[in-house]
Amino acid sequence: MVAQPRAVTALIGPSGCGKSTFIRCLNRLHEEVRGARVSGKVLFDGQDIYAPDVDPVEIRRRIGMVFQRPNPFPTMSVMDNAVAGLRLFGGLGRSEIRERGEEALRGAGLWDEVKDRLDEPGGRLSGGQQQRLCIARALAVEPEVLLMDEPCSALDPASTFRIEELIEELKADYTLIIVTHNMQQAARVADWTMFMLLGEMVEVGVTSKIFASPEDKRTEDYVTGRFG
Amino acid sequence: MARSRLGDRTFRGVSALAAVGLLGLLGLMLWVLASGGSRAFAKFGFGFLTGRNWNPVFGREQFGALPFIFGTLVTSAVALALAVPVAVGLAILLNEVHSGWLRDPLAVFVDLLAAIPSVVYGLWGLYVMKPLFDHRVEPFLTKTVGKVPVIGALFRGNPNGGDLFTAGVILAIMILPIITAVTREVVAVVPRDLREAAKALGATRYETVRYAVLPYARSGIVGASILGLGRALGETIAVSLVVGNGLGIGASLFRPGFTIPAVIASEFREATNIGVHRSALLALAVVLVAIALVMAALSRLFIRRSAKLISGGPPAGERERPAIQVAR
Amino acid sequence: MSASAAGLRRTAASVHLSTRRKAKDRAFTIFLWACGVLAMLPLLFITGYVMAKGLSALNIDFFTKEPAAPGQSGGGIVQSFIGTGLIVGMAVLFSVPLGLLAGVYLSEYGNGKLASVVRFVAEILLSTPSIVAGAFIWAVVVVALGSFSAFAGAIALTVIMWPIIARATEEILRLVSEDLREGALALGLPRWKVILRVVIPTAGAGVFTAIMLAVARGLGETAPILLTALGNDFINVHPSQPTDALPLRIYEYARTPVASQHAIGWGGALMLLLGVLLLSITARVLSNRQQRRTR
Repeated sequence: MVAQPRAVTALIGPSGCGKSTFIRCLNRLHEEVRGARVSGKVLFDGQDIYAPDVDPVEIRRRIGMVFQRPNPFPTMSVMDNAVAGLRLFGGLGRSEIRERGEEALRGAGLWDEVKDRLDEPGGRLSGGQQQRLCIARALAVEPEVLLMDEPCSALDPASTFRIEELIEELKADYTLIIVTHNMQQAARVADWTMFMLLGEMVEVGVTSKIFASPEDKRTEDYVTGRFG
Repeated sequence: MARSRLGDRTFRGVSALAAVGLLGLLGLMLWVLASGGSRAFAKFGFGFLTGRNWNPVFGREQFGALPFIFGTLVTSAVALALAVPVAVGLAILLNEVHSGWLRDPLAVFVDLLAAIPSVVYGLWGLYVMKPLFDHRVEPFLTKTVGKVPVIGALFRGNPNGGDLFTAGVILAIMILPIITAVTREVVAVVPRDLREAAKALGATRYETVRYAVLPYARSGIVGASILGLGRALGETIAVSLVVGNGLGIGASLFRPGFTIPAVIASEFREATNIGVHRSALLALAVVLVAIALVMAALSRLFIRRSAKLISGGPPAGERERPAIQVAR
Repeated sequence: MSASAAGLRRTAASVHLSTRRKAKDRAFTIFLWACGVLAMLPLLFITGYVMAKGLSALNIDFFTKEPAAPGQSGGGIVQSFIGTGLIVGMAVLFSVPLGLLAGVYLSEYGNGKLASVVRFVAEILLSTPSIVAGAFIWAVVVVALGSFSAFAGAIALTVIMWPIIARATEEILRLVSEDLREGALALGLPRWKVILRVVIPTAGAGVFTAIMLAVARGLGETAPILLTALGNDFINVHPSQPTDALPLRIYEYARTPVASQHAIGWGGALMLLLGVLLLSITARVLSNRQQRRTR
């Protein structure tokens, strides 16, 4: 499977088929789970991220992730959350950190809403805002790829719409891979789509083709709603 | 690239050390006590546990710990007999009776009871409880329950001076909070549906508790009691002030007695290593540890059984028992 | 006629049953409330008595002077306060880092066999009577160094406080949602930073509360420091010498026949009780506030 740069690739499939597990293999987050094993290669810029001398922590800076449930750090303010990755990593001056924080919040489409509330606890924002805050937090460390694990499933339709708009904007600068259980969402935002079933990657292709004329029967069954 | 790995490894290693250190601590403690006590065990063998004479005078050394084992068991038994019913009643009161204004303060009070240092209990026990018991309670009991055949033998005897009964009562007050706390948790885990089903049938509160709650909580209550027992067995200071420091073994609760922790506290200063005295005290400590270990294991077992009976979920007592209130 | 008589009889019977059931229920409720009262009495009694008796002993001398010579009245127990500070202070210094780190290990890395064993051992240590800890350190440190000492007392308290802090820390850290750890890891933070800068601060007040409660426990313990620090009539700040502590002094004075010392003993008991209750109540208040916040 290949994820095209500056494009959105969606992972679809029925629940429990392994999409979340798979996407966590792409930033080596999966190995934090006890008893987890990975085989095969994941090539990022031509290099296998699972090579023995590769530091998973480095990889996660370059491949960011946003989760299903918004998880801002509760003890930190909005701005602190946005720059958490930068500050906890150290090495940058305060003004530079603030600049990048603002940039990230703008990039996440959140700046106008929070610019007067930067010192409030992150948990006070609405669900949709919290998720965009998490996106800002991920963007602040300037990754090249952004993984999103069902970013809208815990949000209301209005917030979902805003995040989908955001995704459309982000793809100009980032490579995005989105897991979604919502086929329509994949059809709306993704350039490429990959269908997974029972832990197996069944088919990958241009979104329009996957939905209009899939090659595999299982794909066809899923996208036409015969099961799901 | 390896920097974060190094940081992770170091941190993990250091914290693992602190955790594994606990293993080392227990191991060291057992080893020190066992090797220290070995001389006494070697010299007196099994007689250490069954002998009734305890004479530390050098040259005529005799170390039989039976009076202390007896005293320890008796005071703890009295404590349990008094504390468990009240603790269960209290736990049910706090869980089942829904009149808010007294409930929360009461719960707080009982928790604070657990925080009172044992030396304060001891001081109060010595100067308030003991005179009261000596002059009023015990003579009263002698005159009433003391006349009853068989059981009465427990309540006859000279009421003056510290005795096993007074120590037992003070222990009861001290172990009340822990038994209550664990019983509360065990009772709280009994599912609402059971209670609601009983109530829907028209059961009174008594019947609901008796038929829909207690059967499931029974094992847990036993477990809670054993926890309390463990604490009672190890209590030193309060007991040593009111127990009378006597060495006899007899039927009456009103005679002075001695417990294992109390004798250790009482004699450690004079225990030299020339004879076997020091070793004997350490051997007593070993006995205490062994009993505590058995109690801990048993209580775990019973609390687990109660939880399994209810849901098969994680044992309530284990999960939420405040790690802070335990043996003194 | 007969039908209604039978009905009446039945009703009478059920009413009769109901009365008996009601009576049982009543008795039960009375029993429950009696237990409540019985449980409250000791606390009120003891606190009240200690306060009444102890208050009169508190004066400037009590806090600033050492005990008076035998036969003379007056004096105080300043050495007990200093000693308690020394011993418990050292114990905190030793046990808090050890306990925190152990708790962190059990919570963040502790999913294997080693961790289960450590937990089991911690439980055993928690249920061991405190006099055993005293006897243990007595046999090791006091005998080895040849004298009782504040240092030995601190170590004995550490033996008690270490597992307490470890277990409590583990429980509190486990309450922190896994999502937070994932989010921090995904940002590219090494695990140790995630723990130190995200997990522990989030658990924040809870950890502090746990330490407070452990300290309250350490303050009130007598038996372990009796066997290790022994006590002293004079101020001592050398960790290697016998040192007094508040609980020890109260214990001593409880057993003397000297009336003036009894009075001072009550004063000491009052101070000790206040200190311990204050810590416990503060810890409770803080933890309630924390709970409300994370809800």
